[in-house]
Amino acid sequence: MARAEIDNQSRDAFRRSVRKFVAGEIAPHIEAWEEAHSFPRELYRRAGDLGILAVGFDPAYGGLPGDCSMIIELTQELAAVGSGGLIAGLLSHSIGAPPIEALGSAQLKARVLPEILSGERISALAVTEPGGGSDVANLATTARREGDAYIVNGSKMFITSGMRADYITTAVRTGGPGMEGISMLLIPGDAPGLSRTPLKKMGWWCSDTAALYFDDCRVPANNLIGQEGMGFLGLMQNFNRERLFIAAMAYAFSKVCLDEAVAYARERKTFGRPLIARQVVRHKLVDMATKIAPLASFLRDIGSRIDRGEHPIADVCMLKNVATQCLEHCAKEAVQIFGGSGYMRGTKVERIYRETKVLSIGGGAEEIMKELAARQLGW
Amino acid sequence: MKILVTVKRIPDPDESLKFAGGGLDTSSSKWVPNAFDEYAVETALRLAEVAGKRDRLAEVIVMSICPAKQRQHVTQFLAMGADRGVVVDADDSELDTIAVSKAIAAVAKSEGVDLTIVGKLSQDNEGNQVAQRVAGLLNVPQAGFAATVKWDKNAGTLDVGREVDDGVEHKLVPLPAVVSVDLRVVLPTSIKNGVTADSHKYQEGPRLASLRGITMAKRKKVKVLKLSDIGVSSAGSEQVVAVAPPPARPSGQIVGSVEELHEKLAKEAKVL
Ligand SMILES: Cc1cc2nc3c(=O)[nH]c(=O)nc-3n(C[C@H](O)[C@H](O)[C@H](O)COP(=O)(O)OP(=O)(O)OC[C@H]3O[C@@H](n4cnc5c(N)ncnc54)[C@H](O)[C@@H]3O)c2cc1C
Repeated sequence: MARAEIDNQSRDAFRRSVRKFVAGEIAPHIEAWEEAHSFPRELYRRAGDLGILAVGFDPAYGGLPGDCSMIIELTQELAAVGSGGLIAGLLSHSIGAPPIEALGSAQLKARVLPEILSGERISALAVTEPGGGSDVANLATTARREGDAYIVNGSKMFITSGMRADYITTAVRTGGPGMEGISMLLIPGDAPGLSRTPLKKMGWWCSDTAALYFDDCRVPANNLIGQEGMGFLGLMQNFNRERLFIAAMAYAFSKVCLDEAVAYARERKTFGRPLIARQVVRHKLVDMATKIAPLASFLRDIGSRIDRGEHPIADVCMLKNVATQCLEHCAKEAVQIFGGSGYMRGTKVERIYRETKVLSIGGGAEEIMKELAARQLGW
Repeated sequence: MKILVTVKRIPDPDESLKFAGGGLDTSSSKWVPNAFDEYAVETALRLAEVAGKRDRLAEVIVMSICPAKQRQHVTQFLAMGADRGVVVDADDSELDTIAVSKAIAAVAKSEGVDLTIVGKLSQDNEGNQVAQRVAGLLNVPQAGFAATVKWDKNAGTLDVGREVDDGVEHKLVPLPAVVSVDLRVVLPTSIKNGVTADSHKYQEGPRLASLRGITMAKRKKVKVLKLSDIGVSSAGSEQVVAVAPPPARPSGQIVGSVEELHEKLAKEAKVL
């Protein structure tokens, strides 16, 4: 990702635009989209028009200036409606496009990145397989070169935007076992031999999640992203940003839970007094705030280190865990403070509660994060 | 075609007002663009652009009278897509409507604009005077409270739809002219420029500044003038004597029955 400079005034102006976009074009519809398990495709175009999809990508291919702190702010604004599915779906290119930008040839980038960043085409990343997601180096989907095409066989699981994606950045095995045999291949949504099935899930309802099946699926050879055998490296490079983004989501939703809980506790009266007057409830709120405050600094710190070009892998793993743990705590307590209302559809805290687990599983599960951090620290 | 759009910054209307020394205390206010000016800029941009293409049918100039250092709102309007800016460096809180209108008329004249578009009022003092005064000063036709605007380029006229009590009134005004805009002008099909298809539906509301627009706005030209440069003096004929909050409303009463309400209305309030 290119990280062109952007001044504070422009940052603020952009943040205001995103806030208005969320309030005017997302908030009025989010409940309906969640129930419909989908949001309109047109929303990608609108987000593209505003530059939301282009933040931090190379200007040579339609990208716009932006660094990690802008991504964090953007996530906060989008999180205001309390739907992680919306963010995951609308920004699925944030995991699908970086491998193209990092490894792809100039021709490939010029062909697909502008379309993705403008919201005309939807991008997804397909790594996880039915046989396992944590053990990326042992993935089993194969791509065999045949003339000017690759013939892909295998399947991918739990793929965000998998149903609608026009470009699927897919990890495939072109060589022998282990990470050296992995390559990235850009598989068009209409490739012959590709079929997709939607999956029902606990949360993230308005984002589509799919199982993908490749049955002698033919993909033009010039859709190879970079060189054969470079796939694993490309994926690893992107993990820091993906995990920072997940941490930013967890942070933002923790804040939404706190804000919602405070507002409700002020409003709701029991035994003649508002909930917030009860020490038990006030302390719950303070416990939430106490977890959120240091997370904010941790997030900013790791963001600025990534912006400086560092690769703080262990810290990113720990950040992701501390952020998702914070969210699990805040969502649980917020629902508790809401009482029965927190168990009912239509409250943000109910939805966020259902969305906590995907963040501590996706993008590298909590246990894997700990293992990776330990190894990075030489233990 | 050159279009001048007037824009103003105002204290955030969503914040509660502070009073001090017999007037408003805006020292800690958050300043935001006047919403009706956003509608005015949106009107100008829809007239100027050909939807889906880069071609422009008009140049859109935004002008503001404000301290030159506090012109973030001008940048914001440039980020929406206006071409360049003119700032008249003055403390607008010290100018009355006459001085403001003279400054606008002077800029309109020196820029040689064909159309001046203003919001029907600014949300802070709700004057609704500028359009009428500027049209008078420039001696050109005016159409106030536009809900729709249709530009006939060949005839050099605007058909301005205004919502009045008994329907929609259409005014056909030859250019140059002054138009003030109302809220409904930003509905999806309110503006027609004769080149963009009449059926084209815009996103409702004033457009949001895109990140691309925001980064480009910094590079757009903004001319800074002093009141003396355009021959306007700040000495006005209006003066604000004092601004005070309205008295707090006395608390209401909850009545137990319709009969009690009836009795109170008749005997206490004496309105029945
Ligand atoms: C809603 C949703 C959207 C997703 N979107 C995408 C997407 O767009 N693209 C994509 O590629 N993937 C996606 N995923 C997949 C996600 O990245 C994987 O679910 C995740 O990496 C875990 O893999 P797994 O589910 O196969 O679990 P497994 O790898 O089977 O792990 C199961 C459990 O065992 C633990 N575990 C595994 N190995 C070890 C070990 N060595 N030591 C200790 N514990 C271990 C894990 O931590 C986990 O708790 C998505 C998942 C969800 C739920």
